[in-house]
Amino acid sequence: MTTVSLAMAVVVAALYAVGFYLLLQRSLMRVLLGVVVLGHGANLLLQLTGGPPARPPILGGSAEGSAPLADPLPQALALTAVVITFAMTTYLLALGYRSWVLVGHDEVQDDLEDRRIARRRTPTASMGEEADEQGDEVGVDPGSAAASGDPVGDRS
Amino acid sequence: MLLALVAAHLVLACALPAVAARSTRAAFGLAAVLPAVTLVWAAAMAPAVLGGAAVEENLAWAPALHLTFDVRLDALALVMIVLVSGVGAVILAYSAFYFGRRSPDASRTSALLLFFAGAMLGLVVADDLLTLYVFWELTSIASFLLVGQSGLHRANRRAAVQALLVTVFGGLSMLLGFVLVGESAGTYRISAIVASPPTGGAVTAGIVLILLGVLTKSAQAPFHPWLPAAMAAPTPVSGYLHAASMVKAGVFLVARLSPAFASSAEWWLPLVVLGLATMLIGGWRALGATDLKRLLAFGTVSQLGFLMVLFAVGGRLAAVAGAALLLAHGLFKATLFLVVGTVDKVTGTREIGALSGLGRAMPGLAAASALAAASMAGIPPLLGFVAKEAAFEAFLLEGGLRGGVVEVGLVAGSVLTVAYSARFLWGAFATKPGVDPVTPAPASPGLTVPLWITSLAGLVLGLVAPVAAVLAEAYGDTLPARTAEEAGYHLALWHGFNLALGLSAVALAGGLLLHTGRDRVAALTRRLHHRVSAQRGYELVVSGLERLAVLVTGRLQVGSLPVYLATVLLMVIALPGIGLVLGWAWPGDVPVVHEWIQIPLGIVVVAAALAMVRARRRFTAVLLVGAVGYGIGGLFIVDGAPDLALAQFLVETLALVAFVFVLRRLPAHFTERRRPRRAIQVRKGVLAAVAGITVGVFGIVLSGARTAPATASEEFVRLAPETGATNIISAILVDFRALDTVGEITVLLVAASGTASLVLATRHDRRRRGKVRASGSGTPAHEKEVSG
Repeated sequence: MTTVSLAMAVVVAALYAVGFYLLLQRSLMRVLLGVVVLGHGANLLLQLTGGPPARPPILGGSAEGSAPLADPLPQALALTAVVITFAMTTYLLALGYRSWVLVGHDEVQDDLEDRRIARRRTPTASMGEEADEQGDEVGVDPGSAAASGDPVGDRS
Repeated sequence: MLLALVAAHLVLACALPAVAARSTRAAFGLAAVLPAVTLVWAAAMAPAVLGGAAVEENLAWAPALHLTFDVRLDALALVMIVLVSGVGAVILAYSAFYFGRRSPDASRTSALLLFFAGAMLGLVVADDLLTLYVFWELTSIASFLLVGQSGLHRANRRAAVQALLVTVFGGLSMLLGFVLVGESAGTYRISAIVASPPTGGAVTAGIVLILLGVLTKSAQAPFHPWLPAAMAAPTPVSGYLHAASMVKAGVFLVARLSPAFASSAEWWLPLVVLGLATMLIGGWRALGATDLKRLLAFGTVSQLGFLMVLFAVGGRLAAVAGAALLLAHGLFKATLFLVVGTVDKVTGTREIGALSGLGRAMPGLAAASALAAASMAGIPPLLGFVAKEAAFEAFLLEGGLRGGVVEVGLVAGSVLTVAYSARFLWGAFATKPGVDPVTPAPASPGLTVPLWITSLAGLVLGLVAPVAAVLAEAYGDTLPARTAEEAGYHLALWHGFNLALGLSAVALAGGLLLHTGRDRVAALTRRLHHRVSAQRGYELVVSGLERLAVLVTGRLQVGSLPVYLATVLLMVIALPGIGLVLGWAWPGDVPVVHEWIQIPLGIVVVAAALAMVRARRRFTAVLLVGAVGYGIGGLFIVDGAPDLALAQFLVETLALVAFVFVLRRLPAHFTERRRPRRAIQVRKGVLAAVAGITVGVFGIVLSGARTAPATASEEFVRLAPETGATNIISAILVDFRALDTVGEITVLLVAASGTASLVLATRHDRRRRGKVRASGSGTPAHEKEVSG
């Protein structure tokens, strides 16, 4: 029993494609709208997989017994998802706004440190030692008897 | 008792820093007591153990996982205890006089040395592969800390890291090998594995992995450079860890497992080849060393190769010779290291070129050194000679290609050994023309008595060879003898004039000849060393790994959100998409549409969504997303979900309001400071479209896999009246799945408080400073940094 019709599959595909495309943009507002559209697509898909159009799952109506009841569980889950998508939307909106206030634009920026590593060919340090570090040795070489704390031959 | 002794080492080690705070000498003195007690206890147990009754103890520490501390005192363990505890006690006593009151590192050194002694003791008596592994790595860690000292010197840091990297790399592969062998054998008990060795492909792989651990720990070529580098540690530490005991762990493991695996070529072939190569390389490099300590370190590398060969072949006589040489090497090498420590202490140098006339000034020290060096060179009547005779004899008796090749290698190695023994004595004590004689400070008895003990032990055990013979042969008899002659060979000082004695004479003569041309030889070793060196190989590997890490990090972690998301999308398309295509199952009954009203609603939704892609104004985009939302609400109604539609309409309206609140502060148009390139946008579009279509196709295919309505929902429908609700959705939300709803409310609360704090923070900033605070990112300097 295929529950998703061809027409609805096209709608879901379009929503997901637009959502993905907007997510890939650099404008934070577009990314946010992408999340919202993706959410719509996901909720619709959730509901569609529950079954083909049917009678609302409400008992005691006039049409009782005449037609099959729609599956209530996906509806309940989709309802939860709708509300949570909303919560996420408002939070992202506030985040984007804050970012705009602080930075002066609402653009997703590249991570500087990552870019720096990507551009670098060789490590700046080897085995935890800076390559250009010179000297800076403290105390006497522990391998020598002079470092034994009580050198008998220390006649200087 | 055995387990208690091991534990006592570790416990006392923890207490030592407190003692050292009052007196470093007392700390080392106290530390020396425990190994001495262990040695005495082991000596008391020796008659029974050598009689064939090994002492066994076990302690189950995780019985559910079949993990037990199994320990077993047998002949081989006794030999090792002489080195670990006997030599250990001597060196700890020496340390009490070597480290002075002002030594900054003495307190941690004393604790770590005793900790190491305990770990090493545990290692040599372990009768369980995993127990052995734990102690094995503990010794590596102790070595790292002791070589690194306080980490103030680069030489120490580098040497410590190199030692750790190399030995732990080997240790980890050894653990894999242990697991392979242990699982194939069905037991991790070493005595059980030796009694009935497992076979098969997994065991072969396990053997190779174990050998990696052995070769790295015992500094065999090409892993040997970490050992000379580790000479950055204080001399007593080098003498104990990197000559007498720790580096013998690999050799010891070979000796342990040879009775099980020596018949397979994958066991003995790499060990014999690399062992011989190591013996020659180490001996050769020792001839070029100008620092006495480095000379001894290369000598140790060489001797470890020698030992490796003896234990790897798994013959009785070779094993007897190996056990005897193990003892002899521990004794003479400890002596020589302590001599270097004393020489360094009283003269302030270890350089061959700076020492002159010390033999005349300190004849006692020179005599003790001569005894030890003679043992190293294999001169009668010392234990080293007895062991080397047996080794020569073993491979003469074996004959054949392997026996012949090994014999030639051993003689060549012995020539080098004689030469560097002579070089050591000459370098430390000879009067050299053109060098001012040194005037040593008087050495306290504490700096000479301990080294006399080990030096004389080598002489006594050589003179009274049967004592060492009992120990060595008790181990050797666990291995098969090929001929009656081999079975009947006993260690002795004098076997008459035979070929082995002739080979010893050849080695001695050749070595002394080499020593006469020492200057030319030393120059030659240095010139050859510049061409190829294993140390450079190690550095290349490490720097290669670091470059690889930078490369991989740079490729994987590019720092761009679109790139990350695109990668995720690609994987979504690639992995499940391939599965979708391979297992293509398009349902036969796909309806075009269920209700005709879905078509206009669907067109509205799709049109609004597509228009969002083109929208330039923020407000247009937000209105379009609203249209999408309301359209989907309509679809929900058609689907028979009025509650869902109601929630959708409410949420959409609220979201629109929230958007408008923010939009009135933002610019009307989407502001892109760098206009994205068209080609990139097209690529993004194609990727998104393909991903969207994949999801749509998945929806149809997966829903087509359904065969009947969900039965869980029927239960909800049946039980809903009991909750007093007529609306099944509300019954589910507030009753059946009420906990989910509580979770949902929590999410809402968290999001609301997050949103509120972000908004309030902005208002706070505005009130405080009247203007927006500029953060570092977004400034022109930042821009320049990103784009180069």
